[in-house]
Amino acid sequence: MSRCLTDRSIDHVVLERGEVANSWKTERWDSLRLLTPNWQSRLPGYGYEGDEPDGFRTMPETIEFIERYARVISAPVRTHTQVTSVRSRGEGYEIATSQGDWHSRTVVLASGACNLPLVPAVAEAVPRTIATLTPISYRNPAQLEEGGVLVVGASATGTQIAEEIQRSGRPVTLAVGEHVRVPRVYRGRDIKWWMDAAGVLDERYDQVDDIVRARNVPSLQLAGSPERRTVDLNALTRIGVKLVGRLVGFQDGKAQFSGSLRNQCALSDLKMNRLLDRIDQWATENGFDDKVGPPHRFEPTEVEASPPLGLDLARDRIRTILWATGFRPDTSWLHVPVFDRKGRVRHDGGVVEAPGMYLMGLPFLRRRKSSLIDGAADDARDLSAHLASYLDHQMCCSADAFYGGSKRPL
Amino acid sequence: MATTKTPVDNGVNVQALLGAREALREAPEGAQFKWRATCKWVYGTHSRSTIKRFFGLGQEQEHKTEFTFETDHPEIFASEDKAATPVELVLAGLAGCLTAGVASVAQMREIQLRSVSATLEAGMDIQGILGIDSDVRNGFDGIKVTYHIDADATPKEIEAIVAQSQKRSAVYDIITNPTNVTVEVV
Repeated sequence: MSRCLTDRSIDHVVLERGEVANSWKTERWDSLRLLTPNWQSRLPGYGYEGDEPDGFRTMPETIEFIERYARVISAPVRTHTQVTSVRSRGEGYEIATSQGDWHSRTVVLASGACNLPLVPAVAEAVPRTIATLTPISYRNPAQLEEGGVLVVGASATGTQIAEEIQRSGRPVTLAVGEHVRVPRVYRGRDIKWWMDAAGVLDERYDQVDDIVRARNVPSLQLAGSPERRTVDLNALTRIGVKLVGRLVGFQDGKAQFSGSLRNQCALSDLKMNRLLDRIDQWATENGFDDKVGPPHRFEPTEVEASPPLGLDLARDRIRTILWATGFRPDTSWLHVPVFDRKGRVRHDGGVVEAPGMYLMGLPFLRRRKSSLIDGAADDARDLSAHLASYLDHQMCCSADAFYGGSKRPL
Repeated sequence: MATTKTPVDNGVNVQALLGAREALREAPEGAQFKWRATCKWVYGTHSRSTIKRFFGLGQEQEHKTEFTFETDHPEIFASEDKAATPVELVLAGLAGCLTAGVASVAQMREIQLRSVSATLEAGMDIQGILGIDSDVRNGFDGIKVTYHIDADATPKEIEAIVAQSQKRSAVYDIITNPTNVTVEVV
């Protein structure tokens, strides 16, 4: 967004609570790599130039990538500037920060979708003797006591963490609710290559049947690894992870699981096969069948005949519970009435109801790829165009025009 | 030869359901329902339950007629077998709920159903209810539902309808997840 605003000569600042790439530096576990291949992080005027386009960036590489981009575009970043409140003021906004206040005519909320772990209410009933972690506090298996671990949630985070904890010698039980299974590689190409090529990632928010639903679909069950491994439930079962249904509660020292595991897996297999059908159709229609491997289908997810419905935490020596149950944005500093009844910012493709306010980086904000680094470019181009026309309109029609820019230090 | 496509009709008013969904998204308080039944003991293990009134869309509602469901136990339980067992009614409830879901999802996806039948079987070790072994639960140890569906659809589409029906089924949820039950005597 900063690059797009610069291109339009719109005076702006980027307020960063810590350092550039702060959440990548401070809120990620050690082994995490980006889920998208190197070639796919395309920012306006900036892309991958190394010799491993199909590799996946480690966290230090991701941090370096973002830091370098900030330098290349000379982004006007104010680091160690924590925003403490944003309020409407006149035809603009008053922004209080740990480094003084600002007044601006427009605000772009780009603080991310994953600020806080989303932990279900049943967490309150976890017995005190059990250690609990979230993906934000988790770093590596060495942090955990010896003994069993219950990982709750089987999307990208839960499956990756379950795998490395199991490999550390701590037996993992994985509670599986709704999830989206995809192979890392299909017909010799990365799944993200297919989704990009076939236009799946470019689908727009105003073209899908049910955008509320689309925005709540869990993250793809993917991992980035040098071997391009698929980390699906079958892969986890093979290394000894025990699959159980969605965690629904605790009673008498027992974790209780839903009896819906089989259907959750069936839904996910069906959804994956619909995606693969679409990819195959695209490949045929676009003359790719000769350039890639033949179409095939993956084994259905194996579910044992009667998965356990309960787990006696003491008897089964569960020492740790890790909540991989999603994240939510932290908008506690936003004091503008733009929230829906579930506390989400109301917006139309990133254009927030409050005039001059914009949102970036949330799942399916404007496109299926909106939450990817690769999705920022198109969204920023669209939203900066909207922002520029909003300012133009204000310049000619409002008394605010004499400020002469989009912000003014108080 | 030109063919005309007959509109899909499974007897489900999808437009009304979609309309209700939109309306209730705007006014979620209307979505709060209360389902009710009353039950009178007849004799022995025989009881009679009636269902008439419920609450929803912000007000008291009622069925067009009062429905009656009797329950009893079979003769091998030394009962008179005047009616099905309560656990069999649970299976009927699950089948009714999933099958209504199949019809609705098929209608939504514009798939014409020709026939749908389901067979249900639930295992139970009655050492639980007889108090012989406290390690054995009272309820089912599992339920198997088998559908036979004839429809204008591929096997994969039919599988997807049945999976979606489970995902949206109230009785499936009630059976697969714990529910707090409060029983009082007044």
